[in-house]
Amino acid sequence: MIPTRAAVAIVTTAIAVVLLFSFKTPAQARPRTPAADISQGTAVPSPSPGDSSAPSPTPSPSSGFKDGIYTGQDVLTQFGDVQVKVTISGGQITDVQPLQMPFDRPRSAEITQFAGPRLHDEVLQAQSAQIDVLSGATYTSDAYAQSVQAALDHAHG
Amino acid sequence: MGTVISIDLRDAHLHDGVLDEAFAWLRQVEQRFSPFIADSDISRLGRGEWTLEQCHPDVAVVLSLCEDLRQATNGVFNAWGWRADGRVDPSGLVKGWAGEHVAEMLERAGAANFCINAGGDVIVRGAPEPGRAWRIGIRHPIHAAAQAAVLETHQLAVATSGGYERGDHIIDARGGAPSRSLLSLTVAGPSLTLADAYATAGFAMGMAGVEWIAAQPGYEPYAVTAEGRVRYSDGFGVLLAKEEREVSATMESALPRRR
Repeated sequence: MIPTRAAVAIVTTAIAVVLLFSFKTPAQARPRTPAADISQGTAVPSPSPGDSSAPSPTPSPSSGFKDGIYTGQDVLTQFGDVQVKVTISGGQITDVQPLQMPFDRPRSAEITQFAGPRLHDEVLQAQSAQIDVLSGATYTSDAYAQSVQAALDHAHG
Repeated sequence: MGTVISIDLRDAHLHDGVLDEAFAWLRQVEQRFSPFIADSDISRLGRGEWTLEQCHPDVAVVLSLCEDLRQATNGVFNAWGWRADGRVDPSGLVKGWAGEHVAEMLERAGAANFCINAGGDVIVRGAPEPGRAWRIGIRHPIHAAAQAAVLETHQLAVATSGGYERGDHIIDARGGAPSRSLLSLTVAGPSLTLADAYATAGFAMGMAGVEWIAAQPGYEPYAVTAEGRVRYSDGFGVLLAKEEREVSATMESALPRRR
């Protein structure tokens, strides 16, 4: 049994997050409450030097963030709610974990039978193992960044 | 719509200037390639205001890669063929390409242990901490908070395409019909640019895309089918976390049921 992930203390880690790229999507995420100040293409948080409101991406106590665990704003998207928890340690963002992510339903589909000699076929599992990074989460990025920003606003006190 | 790009750098000796440089470059990439910025290079090119020669040289590099992939995928991946207005849009390639370029920037600066997550496209190098490999989760296509699989690796690029986050946003440029036989398709391999493009094209191909990716040297597919089963190559199986391989073997023999 794999333990689920708890808050991780990573002293030497620098995590920086920015909002980038404008890709074609069917809808914008709509915040339920007046959102943190995020405009398209704006860094969240900006790692630019000299901006005391932004977290420095290296271990530095001068980031303005107080250590602790902060829960971000619940952001509504067309697919469901997005909410994250941000851990600040040593003035740094050391972890961002999803609290709520949208669920979706599988679509009905035409099944094509396929047999490749090099391919394995198994029953899909759902697991919640400890991981460092997740591949495949894209749509909720705007909402994710908004929730991160809201959590960081709390961290500033 | 933004894409979140995070860089998790574990080399404590490096200055944060390395990260500043990387993010500054990423902002330039957005300014050049975003179809939603009216004065981006790609928008000007699309409106016919600029020639390719007037654009930043990276635009020609990316469009050349798009042309290679259009040929390699027999037209399924077509940066010129999917927009209603007929304008070129290399968005399907830029994210992976940018992530890979940032990895090269970090390595040139002396970084050996890091993880880049470009909107779900992942590239890892080295180790998160001494004594263990990076653990990359593959998003479960139905339960967003869970993983379908976990990979353990010290050097890999991983990209996943699915219909779960943006609706049926990936279309086969040849026919325009959305892919429906797969819920998601993950591609692992050495290049994030190619892993990203292969995942996009393979997902649009449906079940045949799984076999097509397995035939690409160095690239391994992991697909979740619409009926809730997974198919993956031998090479992908080797990358799976050890405890997961054991679980899979147990589940395969104990639970041969279908959803």
